[in-house]
Amino acid sequence: METTTSTTKGYRPMEYASEEGRLKIFGFWIFLGAEIVLFSTLFATYFVLVNQTAGGPSGKELFEIKIFAMETFLLLTSSFTCGLAVLAMRKQSKRGYFGWMGVTLLLGLGFLILEIEEFAMLVEMNAGPTRSAFLSAFFTLVGTHGIHVTLGIAWVTGVMIQVWKRGFTPVTSRKIFMTGLYWHFLDVVWIFLFSTIYLLGVA
Amino acid sequence: MEQHHSAKPHIVGYLFSLILTVLAFYVMLYTSMPMSWKITILLVLAVLQLLVQLFYFMHILEGDGAYQVINVVFGIFVAVTIVAGSIWIMLYNTMLE
Amino acid sequence: MKDFLFNFKMPEYFFVTGDPLIYGAYVSIVLVSLGILFVLTYYKKWGWLWREWLTTVDHKKIGILYLLAALLMLFRGGVDAILMRIQLTAPSLNFLDADHYNQIFTTHGTIMILFMAMPFLIGLMNIAIPLQIGARDVAFPALNAVSFWMFAAGAMLFNISFVLGGSPDAGWTSYTPLAGNALDPGPGQNYYLLGLQISGIGTLVTGINFLVTILKMRAPGMTLWKMPLFSWSTLITSVIIIFAFPVLTIALALLTLDRIFGFHFFTLAGGGSPMMWANLFWIWGHPEVYIVILPAFGLFSEIFSTFARKKLFGYKAMVFSMLSISALSFIVWVHHFFTMGSGPWVNSIFSITTMLIAIPTGVKVFNWLFTLYKGRIEFTTPMLWALGFIPVFLCGGITGVMLSSAPADYQYHNSYFLIGHFHYVLIGGTVYGCIAGLIYYWPKMFGFIMNERLGKWAFWWFTIGFNMCFIPMYIVGLKGMTRRMYTYPAGLGWESWNLIATIGAFGMGIGFMILVWNMYYSFRKGQRDTTGDPWNGRTLEWMTSSPAAEYNFAIIPKVKGLDAFHLIKKEKAAGVKEEEVELKPIHMPKGEAFPVVMSGFMFIAGFGFVFEWLQIGAIGVLGSIITMIWRSFNDYDRDYYIPVEEVRKTELAAGRRV
Repeated sequence: METTTSTTKGYRPMEYASEEGRLKIFGFWIFLGAEIVLFSTLFATYFVLVNQTAGGPSGKELFEIKIFAMETFLLLTSSFTCGLAVLAMRKQSKRGYFGWMGVTLLLGLGFLILEIEEFAMLVEMNAGPTRSAFLSAFFTLVGTHGIHVTLGIAWVTGVMIQVWKRGFTPVTSRKIFMTGLYWHFLDVVWIFLFSTIYLLGVA
Repeated sequence: MEQHHSAKPHIVGYLFSLILTVLAFYVMLYTSMPMSWKITILLVLAVLQLLVQLFYFMHILEGDGAYQVINVVFGIFVAVTIVAGSIWIMLYNTMLE
Repeated sequence: MKDFLFNFKMPEYFFVTGDPLIYGAYVSIVLVSLGILFVLTYYKKWGWLWREWLTTVDHKKIGILYLLAALLMLFRGGVDAILMRIQLTAPSLNFLDADHYNQIFTTHGTIMILFMAMPFLIGLMNIAIPLQIGARDVAFPALNAVSFWMFAAGAMLFNISFVLGGSPDAGWTSYTPLAGNALDPGPGQNYYLLGLQISGIGTLVTGINFLVTILKMRAPGMTLWKMPLFSWSTLITSVIIIFAFPVLTIALALLTLDRIFGFHFFTLAGGGSPMMWANLFWIWGHPEVYIVILPAFGLFSEIFSTFARKKLFGYKAMVFSMLSISALSFIVWVHHFFTMGSGPWVNSIFSITTMLIAIPTGVKVFNWLFTLYKGRIEFTTPMLWALGFIPVFLCGGITGVMLSSAPADYQYHNSYFLIGHFHYVLIGGTVYGCIAGLIYYWPKMFGFIMNERLGKWAFWWFTIGFNMCFIPMYIVGLKGMTRRMYTYPAGLGWESWNLIATIGAFGMGIGFMILVWNMYYSFRKGQRDTTGDPWNGRTLEWMTSSPAAEYNFAIIPKVKGLDAFHLIKKEKAAGVKEEEVELKPIHMPKGEAFPVVMSGFMFIAGFGFVFEWLQIGAIGVLGSIITMIWRSFNDYDRDYYIPVEEVRKTELAAGRRV
């Protein structure tokens, strides 16, 4: 059934089928524009304060390549599987959706666990957020992303329950699509995080 | 319309993002270029990754494509202004120590 | 765990005491609250309040709520202003002490910008925009209610600082290190941070809502280039809100982390940079200035065109000038801290970008003047406020160009010259625009016209008082009087100017009181608006009855050009027959309880964090998250249809043929 409908003219995926769906997806894109600015403010703060270690440790001493490489891999892959889940939704495949979204959630959880471990380790090394301006900025930037991932996991789970109960409707499809956008966006933020915070920090 | 239902762009996008990531790690950790080059390459790679996500995964051109692109472009304009402006003002062109 | 749950650290004073003014406030707050409770209970109005107002998602009602809040805040901010003026009437007065004065100038500034100007304009947008573009509501009606109630929660939180815990006192800019924990501990500054945070998120949501509404919900035929100017200005304002408010969110969050959790963003101790606050604050703060002026520009454009009985002159130039103002607004922020110690390059570049803004603004002023040129001008009250705006705003604008020159700014900075400048633009631009818009849209909201004679009295009291109050400030500023000083010695040549300024402030107060009296007077005796088009308007909002039915338009109009309603009326006069369109059931959103509940939890969270009672804060945050989840799971069956019969009945009752 997937290819027959897609070639007909004027075809719209279900999430775009209703006026409400179109408005909400568009509105969500705009919200992501605001999120770009939100994170850029945190980046700006980090770059201004990156050398203000107040005699404490710097990024070079703290960041572990193995951990953030792993985190990067998990999140990149989860973005991919999340894309596949949305695709499965468009193909009306419930199994595909739950399968790929489940994988996405697991990868997201893995990422989160690594991040929490990293934070706990830093705090234990007396390199918590109150140690120096650099660490305040680091924890806040990376932590804000982490909170976003946490909210993302909660949101995806909630939407999965709703799909379980109601199947693919214009409303649930729209929600799936929006969680997808959100998840990809978190990956975009992470790309800039691992590049300019971690890689630049250790180089 | 084809791309609505094909996994191909997703797979291509994933491969791109893996390659770009590996490149970024390689350039930063295993080469001995001057730092300014490294940073430039790093930023270029990150922007390419951004484009991969936007076009292969997020389907930015679907729906209200034009407005969505303008939205992201203006967001990036403001973001660059904030980041570059803050760094310049606070660190580079200041009479304070 | 037990330590966490039952650890209520008390500030030095929980209840603010010591000043007769404060006791008066306590008594009046208690009396007013009891009075409201009594009236609601006595007349059995609780259900009505809940159904019609607290859970409403109708943009027209939300607009009225915004305006009500804005007027209350204008009163509060105005009282602050009068208190400051009394203290400065003569040298060495002791009406207010230094601490009290600090608190009052802080709350005056914060309230006027964030809790008066913003909701006033957003209220007018709510009233007019969906009607003006021929839509049934905004894109996200429930989120619109969320915006309002979050604003209300933030504003209420900020205002209770007056009696519980003490007001913030580091200026509306809240500069660190002064606003940091070391120099200013206690709840006062926290009120500022949390109150702004909560209402700021509401504003961001409004921005998204109106952007989507205007881009996606215009009536058929209304292309972007056929859109009225107020809609254009709201669209552009929304863009600025969306890209500027996240910066405020972050800046406030960072300072909150500094103050409550001991982070080091702005504290020198841990290597932080106090000046980074000024930098972040103004990255948001400058766009914010345009957020409060552009909608006023839009309102003036509508009013000039309506009462000059002419199409707006230079429509496209008007739009392009607003677009360029919106882009420029993001690259001028350093001009607020030229004296911070940036190098010559930074100051030069930002001087130039600042001066550039004068160009599009000048284009706009000339276009308004050319709109008036050879028009058949009608001197109604809204028009009077609009005409008054031009010379006043011009003074503010030109002194702004003087300030934009960085070397000269070293002289003007933080002097009363600056105070004069920004009051001339903010009052002359924003407040004049708000009042003009309020009177202009008043019949659309309530179905009667505000009395013209009283309106003109209010205008002249306010305008003469305003100029008397602020021209002296330019002068004492040049004579060396700095802002935020709570008293001054005799013999500096400031005395007579300060006296005049105080008299002027009272004149403005009288103007405001006449305006409020006019609302009541006209409610009783004002001319009713039976046509829905009291001003012979040119845009679609005047096509509906006054007040408009809950669905706005029984039949969505077709737009054929700019000033769509004017064209429709012209066609009608020329005898072109209207198309017969059959009524259809109208799709409407249901009322929602979750916005007010969620904002209630936000208020609790904010209150908890203000006193650093983290357990209360956590309860509030958790509560609002649970409300959101509940809403997500009940996101189905949120709409209903108004049957044709009912639409017909409503239209006939409003005296309309269907």
